[in-house]
Amino acid sequence: MAFNYDKYLRIEKMPTLWCWGCGDGVILKAFVRAVEKMGWNQDDVCVVSGIGCSGRFSSYVDFNTVHTTHGRTVAYATGIKLANPDKHVICVGGDGDALAIGGNHTIHGCRRNIDITFIIINNFIYGLTNSQTSPTTPKGMWTVSQKAGNIDPTFDTCKLGVAAGASFVGRESMLDPKKLEKLFVKAFEHKGFALLDVLSNCHINLGRKNKMVSAMDNLKWIDSITVSKKKYDTMTPEEQLNLLPTGIIHQDTEADEYCDMNEEIKKVHQGQRAKISQDDFAKKI
Amino acid sequence: MAATREVISTGNELAAIAAVDAGCMFFGGYPLTPSSEVMHVISDLLPKIGGTAIQMEDEIAGICAVIGAGMSGVRALTATSGPGMSLKAENLGLAQMAEVPLVCVNVMRGGPSTGLPTRVSQGDILQSKNPSHGDYKSITLCAGNLAECYTEVVRAFNIADRFMQPVIVLLDETIGHMHGKADLPTVEDVKAGIVPRKKFTGPAEEYHPYECGPSDPAVLNPMFTGYRYHFTGLHHDKNGFPTEEIETCRKLIQRLEDKVEVHKDEVESYEEFMMDDAEFMILAYGSVSLAAKEAIRHLRKDGIKAGLFRPITIWPSPAEKIKEHTDKIDNVLVVELNIGQFHGEVQRAAARLDIEGLFKVNGRPISPYEIVTKVKEII
Repeated sequence: MAFNYDKYLRIEKMPTLWCWGCGDGVILKAFVRAVEKMGWNQDDVCVVSGIGCSGRFSSYVDFNTVHTTHGRTVAYATGIKLANPDKHVICVGGDGDALAIGGNHTIHGCRRNIDITFIIINNFIYGLTNSQTSPTTPKGMWTVSQKAGNIDPTFDTCKLGVAAGASFVGRESMLDPKKLEKLFVKAFEHKGFALLDVLSNCHINLGRKNKMVSAMDNLKWIDSITVSKKKYDTMTPEEQLNLLPTGIIHQDTEADEYCDMNEEIKKVHQGQRAKISQDDFAKKI
Repeated sequence: MAATREVISTGNELAAIAAVDAGCMFFGGYPLTPSSEVMHVISDLLPKIGGTAIQMEDEIAGICAVIGAGMSGVRALTATSGPGMSLKAENLGLAQMAEVPLVCVNVMRGGPSTGLPTRVSQGDILQSKNPSHGDYKSITLCAGNLAECYTEVVRAFNIADRFMQPVIVLLDETIGHMHGKADLPTVEDVKAGIVPRKKFTGPAEEYHPYECGPSDPAVLNPMFTGYRYHFTGLHHDKNGFPTEEIETCRKLIQRLEDKVEVHKDEVESYEEFMMDDAEFMILAYGSVSLAAKEAIRHLRKDGIKAGLFRPITIWPSPAEKIKEHTDKIDNVLVVELNIGQFHGEVQRAAARLDIEGLFKVNGRPISPYEIVTKVKEII
């Protein structure tokens, strides 16, 4: 039986603001299929987005939805989650949103390991505002703000997430919607902060001036820079150069989750347990 | 007279206690002198009653977390000082636009920029009128003594839920760090006075959170209660979804103005001290009003019939009441710890350009002696 997208999408808001051939729609559909697999009640889910093409994600899905200011997605979501620890809070941001203006909140969301899934739709460019350099724009590519070629080094979103303390870090592209859906389910099932680098195309504002004029050209390029983590791990550093591993990059099921720890704070103040001390933690620093 | 209780405390501590007594269950903030004690105190109080206090990674995250909690129906507080207000400004704008109630305590210190971190100022009066870009009507209350650090925070929570928007409570460093006795209403009276925000109780398909009268606030049911809608900082339609439809945009912004303007008598608050027979009016607010009262007692001994008008609600200003006095009294002196930020509002309200000012911006309080000297110079 065909999947009933109508249940989860605000059909009256279609067509989306996204360009023809944009990968964000594929990600949107994989997302709602994953929610269906989780069996969550729509009233118990909150989707928080930032600013940019990805920012519109929240208005198309039929949950409790919040379209925040640029980059502040995780900060809003932290307040929502702490006030409602039994609900499911999912953030959606773009590469500029999550890694440039909102970089600080992304880092600290990872560090706290609060039970939120952060889907970063990474199209390597500021798409909505017409082709400015983002923190993931590959070196040497043309952008409207660096017409001579981008000289800014790129962030590796997954390495950033691991280093900052996220207990689940994964990457997929929209090229394989089934794998993407599976990654979403794994991230939703995981208790802790899940940071997902989801690669998407922007043939309009990245591809057009970088020899990837069609969506297909842009997708072929994404395919050429991605390789499964399993294969990536067998490669030499020289072979790994300019490749991004996909799949679950990192998962730690033992890490303390922030809402749980916050409950311990409440217990201390309510006289139900001794003060939290260094002895409570195997990993202290 | 309602029962009271006597406590010995500081302004910052009283602000934190007031929030909890008023039903606040969430605090998000960032350390900032001279406001940090609000966080220190509330981070002990909230977990006791099952609430949460979190020190976020920066001032911006502090207000964002508070708005997030507010969206889910929780009374939420943040506290900061001028530099933090500057950082929170954009998201205060989102709370105005999306109509999310919250209370923001600003313990004012010397500015601009890093300014004088540990010294007093009233330099954020104009900032609190329009912290963020765009058109909306701020509500700002200003505590003029220790007891009001408590009562104005309580009032702020009720106003925030009534008008569905942020309410700023201004303390200044002197009041925030002042340690002394305060007569407070009982906790029972505070709890009995809590007016929770309105809720829609009909079927979800008939619920339109932003469809309301031209001077009414939105009716936002808490998230996760079966009413799914959209929050955004964009211009939005009756269900919160982005729109650029001309009339919808115009009506929305006009309503954000009118919901406060039309009902401003509900938030108006001021004190008149020895104003009945006053021939010389001093206008002061915050800690300066304490020095002004002392000055007035001295002036009266010298035969000068001075009185104090003290706005407690700073924005919207009690303009009509100010005009009533300034129409009758020739000599009017505005005393403040800035270069005339409220003085301009008094000129506007009075429609007079001969309003005198005594301004001080070196981080030190104004003494009663300085006010007495200035008054005697004028008359």
